[in-house]
Amino acid sequence: MDLLKRKHAPLTAEAWEQVDGEASRVLKLYLAGRKVVDFSGPHGWKLGAVNTGRVEPIGKGPIAGASYALRSVRPLVEVRAPFTMKIAELDDASRGADDLDLDPVIAVAERVARAEDTAIFHGFAGGRITGIIEASPHKPIAVNAILEWPRAVVSALETLRAAGMNGPYALALGLQGYDELDADSEDGYPLRRRIQESHPDVSLVWAPAIQGGAVLMSTRGGDYELTVGQDLSIGYTAHDRTDVDLYITETFTFRVLEEKAAIFLRRSPAEGKRKR
Amino acid sequence: MSSESYHEPIELLSEATRNMHRAIVSLKEELEAVDWYQQRAEACSDDELRGVLVHNKNEEIEHAMMNLEWIRRHSEVFDTNIKTYIGAKGPILEVEKQQAAGAGGGGTAPRDSASLGIGSLKGGK
Repeated sequence: MDLLKRKHAPLTAEAWEQVDGEASRVLKLYLAGRKVVDFSGPHGWKLGAVNTGRVEPIGKGPIAGASYALRSVRPLVEVRAPFTMKIAELDDASRGADDLDLDPVIAVAERVARAEDTAIFHGFAGGRITGIIEASPHKPIAVNAILEWPRAVVSALETLRAAGMNGPYALALGLQGYDELDADSEDGYPLRRRIQESHPDVSLVWAPAIQGGAVLMSTRGGDYELTVGQDLSIGYTAHDRTDVDLYITETFTFRVLEEKAAIFLRRSPAEGKRKR
Repeated sequence: MSSESYHEPIELLSEATRNMHRAIVSLKEELEAVDWYQQRAEACSDDELRGVLVHNKNEEIEHAMMNLEWIRRHSEVFDTNIKTYIGAKGPILEVEKQQAAGAGGGGTAPRDSASLGIGSLKGGK
């Protein structure tokens, strides 16, 4: 069964191509979690949960003299984010227009990427997902000024190495942190280059969903796993004479397998100006 | 340096590309070892030594497949092609054609039940 019902949408092949292409471009730009964690899938719509290999004792059962436990599974979260397009605008794709107004696609793709990445990095209690940051047992490293980033990265690396977490590593930075490394320099030398040259085994990743700082994490594999059932797709809901309602959807869950493999670098929110 | 076979300046290569290079080089080495053990075992005149060599060859095959699985997990194109060809039935040269015919309809829809085919982005894909 085609859950996406794309064949029923009043979109030409050329319009689908542009909508899909733009969504794919934006998603690949914004999705940060998929750049740093292991990926399992896509397993399709029929995957409903991931086996954790654990059981949860449930105490007494209907018959005495036996113990009872439930197999522990992690259900997949189904995300669906709607958006609306003008049919006349989409039809122009078949007339050769390559400058369609795809702003609704861009906005929704960004929103879905943020939803997935927020769950990965910060967790999503309603979806039974524990995020990388909240799972980390390491005390966050404070970054109280822009120029403290290089020192904080060194401290974070020391913490991970002391915990036996070998590299390579990724430094996933929220908007503020990424901008600060990009724009600021110490003695004329950009912070980003200083960090990259000092630590060639650390990749910098733009992760706009991360709030309040950055995460340094091992990307050696086996520590974090994103499981995807139906991978990011565009489906059709309904249309009238002028508009068509579409949506981006996916099913996924995320598991932290080794919580010690990441540490949070907390950027002080108080600092608005450079502190040197 | 773990490998001398880089073709581009290493500072221009991402960590993901370096890891993929390591995996590909390792896979080549494992397959080369399989070939060598196969030839040695066949030419060997001592039965016990032949047994050891065949055992070693089989171990290398296991290593090669572990390596290939890592590559599959980190490369969508490897993944797609492995799923297409490994375990397929019938003439190998016709597998792709048969699969395309079996997919049925859609025409404009991307593969994987019309997903956008994003998959893993680890490794700079």
